[in-house]
Amino acid sequence: MSPVIDPLTLIFASIFTSNILLANFLGTCSFIAISKDVNSANGLGIAVIVVLVLSSVISWPLLHFILLPLNMIYLDLFVYIIVIAAVVQALEMIIERASPALYMSLGIYLPLIVANCAILGVVLFMEIRNYDFFQAAVFGFGSGVGWWLAIVAMAAMRKKIDKAPVPAGLQGPGITLITMGFMAMAFVGFSGILRVQ
Amino acid sequence: MSTPTFGFVTKENLRFNNPVLIQVLGICSTLAVTTKVLNTLIMTLAVSLVTAFASFTLSWIRNLIARRVRMIFQVLAITFYVVLFQLILNAFAPEVARSLGPYVGLIITNCIVMGRTESFAPANPPLISWWDGFTSGIGYMMVLLLMSLIREPLGFGTIADIPIFPKEFAGGGNNWTIAIMAPSAFFLVAIFIWVFKTDLLKKEAAAKAKKAAPPLPAGAAVAGGAR
Repeated sequence: MSPVIDPLTLIFASIFTSNILLANFLGTCSFIAISKDVNSANGLGIAVIVVLVLSSVISWPLLHFILLPLNMIYLDLFVYIIVIAAVVQALEMIIERASPALYMSLGIYLPLIVANCAILGVVLFMEIRNYDFFQAAVFGFGSGVGWWLAIVAMAAMRKKIDKAPVPAGLQGPGITLITMGFMAMAFVGFSGILRVQ
Repeated sequence: MSTPTFGFVTKENLRFNNPVLIQVLGICSTLAVTTKVLNTLIMTLAVSLVTAFASFTLSWIRNLIARRVRMIFQVLAITFYVVLFQLILNAFAPEVARSLGPYVGLIITNCIVMGRTESFAPANPPLISWWDGFTSGIGYMMVLLLMSLIREPLGFGTIADIPIFPKEFAGGGNNWTIAIMAPSAFFLVAIFIWVFKTDLLKKEAAAKAKKAAPPLPAGAAVAGGAR
């Protein structure tokens, strides 16, 4: 049985109250590595949104029409990983043919996404929370937008932090994590508005 | 590059090149499980074993696979061990499996596993790769256990589900919810990194000062460290 959540609530929840990065810690590695400048943060964020929507839309029918009826649910991780890798590979080839300019700015981030836990995490949440097809698509999109929002905001903040006198031991990842903590607190503030798991 | 010794690998992975504190890897999927000591222990054990056996396998077949298709072999080998662990966990500890939720599956994309199988395993023989993967996991375990030992008592008033604080302090509605929510994890890791890195920088500076002027008295090394 899929839960009864109206799509608008779900999209709001996945962007703000249960942000995939700040509430579930997914995609932290590439977040810290890429959030150094706004342009690449923006590029990676958009790539994550596209890959998230596509992989949740493709994984859902595979899960419900192949894995569950054939009782092969223990193979789910294999299927998801292959779907994600295939989506990334296909997207890379399509963008390269269709728009070389976009490929130049976005292409280098695509391989990074296979190792981004946010993608696999969203697909697994979709399975555990029993979303229906439409909910899965909306959840994928919302989570992607949440991640994009967080990384662009972070990249903008890091520009300022670079000029601040930070203790030597805290420079780099340390201060980034503390800033993320504050961002997480701000986003937690939204959870008073609605609660969706 | 010659094969590193077991002792060297151990020291690197536990201390000087700790995966969490120095390389800042693998915090993706597992900060979320540090709210309970027991969950942390099982999760980090899983990461250690998966990294160890995946490194072993990939190092064993390192001469058989072409560089171009290496990535897919890596991911499949890692997924194989993660699925194995998940099945064992579901069979013997279904409650723990439920509370860990998707995070067991997320070991696949844990950056430590990817990092070790990418950087160490293709260049070294199987046994030392196994040890490298395992000690990386242990280095990760130390940090995460320390975190869960702070978060669980503050958030739930318990350690490994055994109450240690009176109900008035934590639990019974007065618990520090913030300690088991996301922000506290970020702050804690940042503080650990801060302490650890400051210590490391001090030692480095002291070593440099010593190297530059060996006959100087100890005061010079201290001054170098303070800088």
